[in-house]
Amino acid sequence: MPDVQSTVVEFVNKLRKRKIEGSQATAKCTVELLRSVISHQRVPHANQAAALIDAVKAVGEQLVAANPVELAVGNVVRRVLHIIREEDLSLTTAAMGGLDLLDASDDDDVDNCKGIGYPAMSAAVVAAAARSTLRPPSLQTLLEGTPESATVPYTSSSGADSESKTADKSSLTRKLKHDVIEGVNQLIHEIAGCHEQIAEQAIEHIHQNEVILTLGSSRTVLEFMCAAKEKKRSFRVFVAEGAPRYQGHLLAKELVARGLQTTVITDSAVFAMISRVNMVIIGAHAVMANGGVIGPVGVNMAALAAQKHAVPFVVLAGSHKLCPLYPHNPEVLLNELRSPSELLDFGEFSDCLDFGAGSGSIQVVNPTFDYVPPNLVSLFITDTGGHNPSYMYRLIADYYSADDLVM
Amino acid sequence: MGAQKKGGGARVSEDAVEQSRQRLQAILLADSFATKFRPVTLERPKVLLPIVNVPMIDYTLAWLESAGIEEVFVFCCAHSMQVIEYLEKSEWYSHPNLLVRTIESHKSISAGDALRYMYEQQTETSQIQGDFVLVSGDTVSNMPLADLIKEHRERKKKDEKAIMTMVIKQSKSSPLTHQSRLGTDQLFIAVDPLTKQLLHYEEDKVDHPSGSVCLEKSLLDTNPSVLVCNDMQDCYIDICSPEVLSLFEDNFDYQHLRRHFVKGVLVDDIMGYKIFTHEIHSSYAGRIDNFRSYDTVSKDIIQRWTYPYVPDINFSGNRPLKLGRQGIYRASDVVQSRSADVGASTVIGYGTKIGNGDKISNSVIGNGCSIGSNVVIEGSYIWNNVTIEDGCEIRNAIVCDGVKIRAGAVLQPGVVLSFNVVVGRDFVVPAYSKVSLLQQPTTEDSDEELEYADSSSGTADHLSGLNLQMESKASELGPDGAGYIWEACEGAHDEEWKHSVAPIPKDKLFEITQAIDDDDTDDESVVPTSGELKSDADSINTDVNDPNDDYYYFEKEVEGTVLRAVEENIKVDLVTLEINGLRLSYNMESADCAGATFYSMIKLAVDTPHNSASELYKNAASIITKWKELLGFYVKKIDEQIEVIMKFEEMCQESPKELGPLFTQILHLLYDKDVLQEDAVLRWAEEKAGADEADKVYLKQCETFIQWLKEASEEEDEDDEDEEDD
Repeated sequence: MPDVQSTVVEFVNKLRKRKIEGSQATAKCTVELLRSVISHQRVPHANQAAALIDAVKAVGEQLVAANPVELAVGNVVRRVLHIIREEDLSLTTAAMGGLDLLDASDDDDVDNCKGIGYPAMSAAVVAAAARSTLRPPSLQTLLEGTPESATVPYTSSSGADSESKTADKSSLTRKLKHDVIEGVNQLIHEIAGCHEQIAEQAIEHIHQNEVILTLGSSRTVLEFMCAAKEKKRSFRVFVAEGAPRYQGHLLAKELVARGLQTTVITDSAVFAMISRVNMVIIGAHAVMANGGVIGPVGVNMAALAAQKHAVPFVVLAGSHKLCPLYPHNPEVLLNELRSPSELLDFGEFSDCLDFGAGSGSIQVVNPTFDYVPPNLVSLFITDTGGHNPSYMYRLIADYYSADDLVM
Repeated sequence: MGAQKKGGGARVSEDAVEQSRQRLQAILLADSFATKFRPVTLERPKVLLPIVNVPMIDYTLAWLESAGIEEVFVFCCAHSMQVIEYLEKSEWYSHPNLLVRTIESHKSISAGDALRYMYEQQTETSQIQGDFVLVSGDTVSNMPLADLIKEHRERKKKDEKAIMTMVIKQSKSSPLTHQSRLGTDQLFIAVDPLTKQLLHYEEDKVDHPSGSVCLEKSLLDTNPSVLVCNDMQDCYIDICSPEVLSLFEDNFDYQHLRRHFVKGVLVDDIMGYKIFTHEIHSSYAGRIDNFRSYDTVSKDIIQRWTYPYVPDINFSGNRPLKLGRQGIYRASDVVQSRSADVGASTVIGYGTKIGNGDKISNSVIGNGCSIGSNVVIEGSYIWNNVTIEDGCEIRNAIVCDGVKIRAGAVLQPGVVLSFNVVVGRDFVVPAYSKVSLLQQPTTEDSDEELEYADSSSGTADHLSGLNLQMESKASELGPDGAGYIWEACEGAHDEEWKHSVAPIPKDKLFEITQAIDDDDTDDESVVPTSGELKSDADSINTDVNDPNDDYYYFEKEVEGTVLRAVEENIKVDLVTLEINGLRLSYNMESADCAGATFYSMIKLAVDTPHNSASELYKNAASIITKWKELLGFYVKKIDEQIEVIMKFEEMCQESPKELGPLFTQILHLLYDKDVLQEDAVLRWAEEKAGADEADKVYLKQCETFIQWLKEASEEEDEDDEDEEDD
């Protein structure tokens, strides 16, 4: 445990110092950390699920507090919590169903939970599986308003049922942890593979001789376009540079290296170019529960331009970017103001910054992200396929337990 | 964790091979070795003073940690217990990536001493293994260090003598900016543009008032090109090789890092050590040296130049604040009245209450403060647990922990209230005053680098004793106040406005710009104000013009000397010596001496009581007779003699009634006593012949004398011819 604790502290430090950037990297680190937390957590005989949930929550709270802007952290923590609850539920239903049926039903459940994260499965199957296992208890807990106590007595009562058979119970305990880790592994796999999942759909969206506009840099977008290119589609890409961090330049470099026709434009030229564009594709930082998108700064402008010219505005987002929170919640921190040094050179402007003289001084605002309201988004492409903004809440219900929304 | 293990392993097994894998180490001086933050630093070490509600040392440590430093030696000196206690309580001691060690020494009174102490420790335990970063605990920065250290190491590998890399940052070149931003003077450095080697370093402008820099000629011989910059700012972040420590050990008189060490290394060409510079562009670095830079750096933090070390990010165990519009950082539990007006760039800490109708702008307010109604706070720094009652006005002040400001009190710009001071009801604390519960140390034990001098141990005893005193003694801060107003120490009047948090007053600003203009136009360097002169001037000489200023003072001095000589009957030789000294120090001609000496002699005669003109003549005659040698010493040339006559004429014009009638007589006397030669008189007469009628008064007066002289000289000429003929 001390070993896990130190890795947690280390990760928290990295998050605090903003040393990890990009939601995918953060999500990956988080989920791997949570896996080690779970595997090192000693599980008591009673209330095993609750113990795991508490442990994950405790770590999750630290991680979220360390960098509240990086929503992927919270998303992954909630996903892991959801996996625990789900496994627990399937085990208890199995226990309720009768001990003689235990083995058979367990196998089913394992299959089911594998299906949830399993990339090859279609979205419909995943949704169905989630609905079958998750729906009833989460609705019930919602109505009762006592999230934990609703599931916990369930477990303990089931424990009381099987108290006479301790051997079965210990195997059950081990089974829960094993299943949860299995589930988390699936999640890791899913996060790692989300680019490919999304890229596979590229051929359906990018057509011959089209002009695509993108803004900033996103690995998902890069893979998406390259996948289309590999399928012998020939198209042109406009890259808005994404001031002030100019990550568009990096993307353009990569695209050229892969043999795409690339044009770099300034952010301010987006409106001028939009009439020649067939589709805008951007990578999201996070997708909110209402279908709104948090993306690199300047995205909203591009979305408005696209709407003006009726150009489809497509957002690529791995499922770890789906955030079950609503953007109008004041507790949700959506943006971060970075150092003005990305805009101005301190030395050159040091005389305008001098407050001592009493004259006016320059104020610099350098936000990292932009919010695009759902009505400007034409389509979300996630690893489970294309979705409408209005469908996001459904996807979120599949991926998260309502109990975990407020951590 | 992992990194530590690796470091340890490397040390044991293959230290030499794994040179590049050395632990990155830093020495953090948790002591500024200066008194600029007094009286606050008497009670708490500077590195623990909060800047935007987080102790300074946290910024430094957080930056070092994220820059990849693995081990920090915190060198504590004054208030070492407080620093160590703080570190123990904080999360730094248990940090996984950063090993924090404290080193305590009470004897060190300068950075030089501290490094010498480190060196002694070093020989015993060999803590410092390689290159290290040297910073002081009041540095706020977000620059990456890894590349810089690598660069330093590579350079060191190529050139053994490259022992230090200094971090510099561009800043606007005008001295005004330097003043208003950091309260420091301009920095002149000379750098080799190719290798970035530092060739010259000069911080103070005092030596060269007109903004000129003196470079050694040899610099230009040895370096093909030299870049002289005055737009750089020293960040006081150095990457040093272990040699630096031994250099300090060898030169026991090195105290100050820049003034002694850097200059010493640059001047010393025997060892041939070199210092290089590294300019940072996009990242921030600043050092809190005085109250003004405290203000500036605070503003920079609020403006997020120091990202990610900003108040809304939890970078060192601080509770993050929420950032709202217009750069307002507010804790989640602030109780704020609806009628309160909180303006731009303001920080408000946890548990703080803000009353009705308050106006707060550009300020930092700490945790647990309670602010009454209708309070105005502008550009101020209020630390923790401060109570401000209704109707107070606080402008550009620093208010430390636990201060109480009673209703209606006013803090004028530049005020510093130290811990637990109480300001009485309706009391106005005058501008720039520093108030503390502790009395100002009466004996300035040293004007040098002595840190928080007498504060090493019993501050607590001191305090309790003081509290007792407080009750008996009527406070300097109103009837219900508590605290002493410190007097500015001598010579610090200038520093007062330079180093305070208050903006530079308009007139001073004007003065600085004026000074710059003067430098530009290359006017005479001293521009005295005429007012001063008049107040000092004597009745005779009120209309001295500015260019004659020096001469006027010189004349005064000579007069004093002559007077004393007459009174005490000093030997002529000695008087000449003294006047010669004056002549050199005022840079005067010998003719000026003659004029001044004569002037003082006549003045003496005039000042001696007399009833009639004849008596005055007698006085003058006796003095001249007695001191003719003195005068004779300066009037060897005709020009000097003419000067004497002119001077005399001038004097007569000033007091025509007394001296006027005696002009011819005294002139004759001077001629008789061989002070003046006839040529001088004749030439004077020739010069005067062309002048205005008004000027000719005295010429006419002595017409007969001149006539006689002319005749005499003709006779002489004849005599001479006769002699030659013979």
